[in-house]
Amino acid sequence: MDSINGPVMPFRAPRSGRLAENVMHFARVLRTAGMPVGADRVHTALAALQVAGLASRRDFHAVLAACLIDRVEHRELFDQAFVLFWKDPDLMGRMRALMLPKVQLKDAARPDVPENRRLGEALFPHQPNRPDEQPEQEQIEVNAELTWNDRELLRQADFDTMTADEWRQAKRLLAQLQVVLPPLPTRRQARAKRPGTVDARATLAAMARQGGEVPQLHWRAPRSQPAPLVVLADISGSMSRYSRMLLHFAHVLGQAQAKVDSFVFGTRLTRTTRLLASRDPDLAVSQVVRAVQDWSGGTRITTSLHEFNQRWARRVVSSRSTVLLITDGLEHGDTRALSFEMARLHKSCRRLVWLNPLLRFDRFEPRAAGIQAMLPHVDRFVPAHNLQSLSDLVAALTQPDTPRPAPRPRPAAGA
Amino acid sequence: MSDTALPTSIDDTLARLAQHDYVADRPLATCLYLALKLQRPLFLEGEPGTGKTEIARTLATMLGRPLIRLQCYEGLDLSGAAYEWNYARQMMEIRLAEATHDGRSKDALGADLFSERFLTKRALLQAIDPANPVAPVLLIDELDRADEPFEAFLLEVLADYQITIPELGTVRATQPPIVILTSNRTREIHDAVKRRCLYHWVDFPDVSRELAILQRRVPGIADTLARQIVAFVQQLRSIELYKLPGIAETIDWTRALMELDALVLDPELIQHTLGVLLKYQDDIARMQGSEAARLLEQVRQQAAERPA
Repeated sequence: MDSINGPVMPFRAPRSGRLAENVMHFARVLRTAGMPVGADRVHTALAALQVAGLASRRDFHAVLAACLIDRVEHRELFDQAFVLFWKDPDLMGRMRALMLPKVQLKDAARPDVPENRRLGEALFPHQPNRPDEQPEQEQIEVNAELTWNDRELLRQADFDTMTADEWRQAKRLLAQLQVVLPPLPTRRQARAKRPGTVDARATLAAMARQGGEVPQLHWRAPRSQPAPLVVLADISGSMSRYSRMLLHFAHVLGQAQAKVDSFVFGTRLTRTTRLLASRDPDLAVSQVVRAVQDWSGGTRITTSLHEFNQRWARRVVSSRSTVLLITDGLEHGDTRALSFEMARLHKSCRRLVWLNPLLRFDRFEPRAAGIQAMLPHVDRFVPAHNLQSLSDLVAALTQPDTPRPAPRPRPAAGA
Repeated sequence: MSDTALPTSIDDTLARLAQHDYVADRPLATCLYLALKLQRPLFLEGEPGTGKTEIARTLATMLGRPLIRLQCYEGLDLSGAAYEWNYARQMMEIRLAEATHDGRSKDALGADLFSERFLTKRALLQAIDPANPVAPVLLIDELDRADEPFEAFLLEVLADYQITIPELGTVRATQPPIVILTSNRTREIHDAVKRRCLYHWVDFPDVSRELAILQRRVPGIADTLARQIVAFVQQLRSIELYKLPGIAETIDWTRALMELDALVLDPELIQHTLGVLLKYQDDIARMQGSEAARLLEQVRQQAAERPA
């Protein structure tokens, strides 16, 4: 009875092995649908099923959920997969006898196609009527006049009007950008050469080794770490070219030692942190492009910021974070709400930097209502339309600066 | 069987928790039962105030085990969480050895200095101390408040219930403690930690469960008031607020209303006590004025449609 004192129960496969097999198949479906279900989790699930969970369908669900899920976002996916996979009217009765036949999904009574696309692909890998994914087509412009190779000129070239060739070179230049972000002290300590706090443990270990002689003191000092970055990129139609380059830029930042979280938004907000983790910049950015469906669609800045504040800000933004917001700020509709969301975002981070390609126009005046609403809440307002402006931005990020009051919108000059 | 033995089934777990005034739902009871049975740590994630910490306390009293609590914070390190050498006593030992010239060799003194006598045990080491007469309940509270490097310290404890002290060797629990980890999800916990645990997302309770909790936690509450409070809070959670009120807030609010001798909810009373329920000015501002009255009217209508 009191098995807590004994060793952890070793797993014995059920005699017929059918249940184990089906749980494994189920795990494989989940894995294909994008849930990270390792073999160890399956192992735990099988051990758990021997202890409990065969009394009712609900318990069976609870046991599998406890063992196979490890984050709340996956619950819905799991539930859908569960319903589809274990859709067998007499399931529990037969499972008690451990004689579960293989679930046949592709035959007659095909369940309604799941809403989740990933899950659909995992369960029905060869669904015929799914449209093939359109390969992303870059517009290649041939322009004989613009074939100069000069680095300086390239640095000044606007991303939006670059030729394909320049674009490639610009990406190469961007990848060479040296990003050293200023370290911020953390609450954690590390060994240090210089006097600071005495490292009592190391000092006493040295004393013990020397038989108690007057020690040479060892020291500790606060460890420092670059401030984490959060990138929020607008990918709506007017911004797509810039955003694409800025995703490359985010990738460069991510390869520096700082922790970078990235999101893109058009009409919806999508987290792209894991997609950008790939070391190859082209691969990483194309993964983002493929995963995000509303690329180059419309933009809804307010709702996207609202969703970010509501769902993500508390999880990814800390009081040490720098937030890079990349958008042209051309929002129509209720600017009061936009101003409110910007204020909230500004409060939850250390620095809020707004990159706006519209600043490329020399005589740009922030007259659009959306821009007016956002400007009071940013710490820095910088252009982001060519390589020069990006390296200026890096220089600005590198300087350890203190957050300062936001610039006031300049009064509109007479036309 | 004594009343502090492990529960024998999921139903038993539910019933035993209820005996100790914890009204759990079945998925949570299943997770707990499995955690006890499989001797796995249980990782509970959920909004603040949904009873995650309380489950560890209830478990400790239910099973008659001591509760060891480790509150996480940024910068928490090994010496705060697991163990620390008592440097002052070690210094004294060295001075004493010098003063008495007891002829101990350097090596012997070195070995002595890092023996268990000079070790200060903190929560993690206390929980796996082989000298424990009974395995305790170890609560690692609000893990998301600690910084990421701290999670690495936990891996050895969670997987093998042991801690390796370089100077001393490996300390291993003879009976694995019951480990509960909680997180409010202000950041993601690393997969390596989650992998070693059973996971459960603690949701807000539904109407009937919240009512049951209220009746157990606030004895003497009038039935009509309790129903109104629960219906109102449930209604409140359906609005998009920055921070939704948890069950802890419901209990606090109920106590506050009872202190004010309220018999039924009315808009003015709600206005004045909103600070107990909502903790963000933006949320409070949203509920100010006609919004609270409108919600209350909805609640009344629902109650009229479905008489209890």
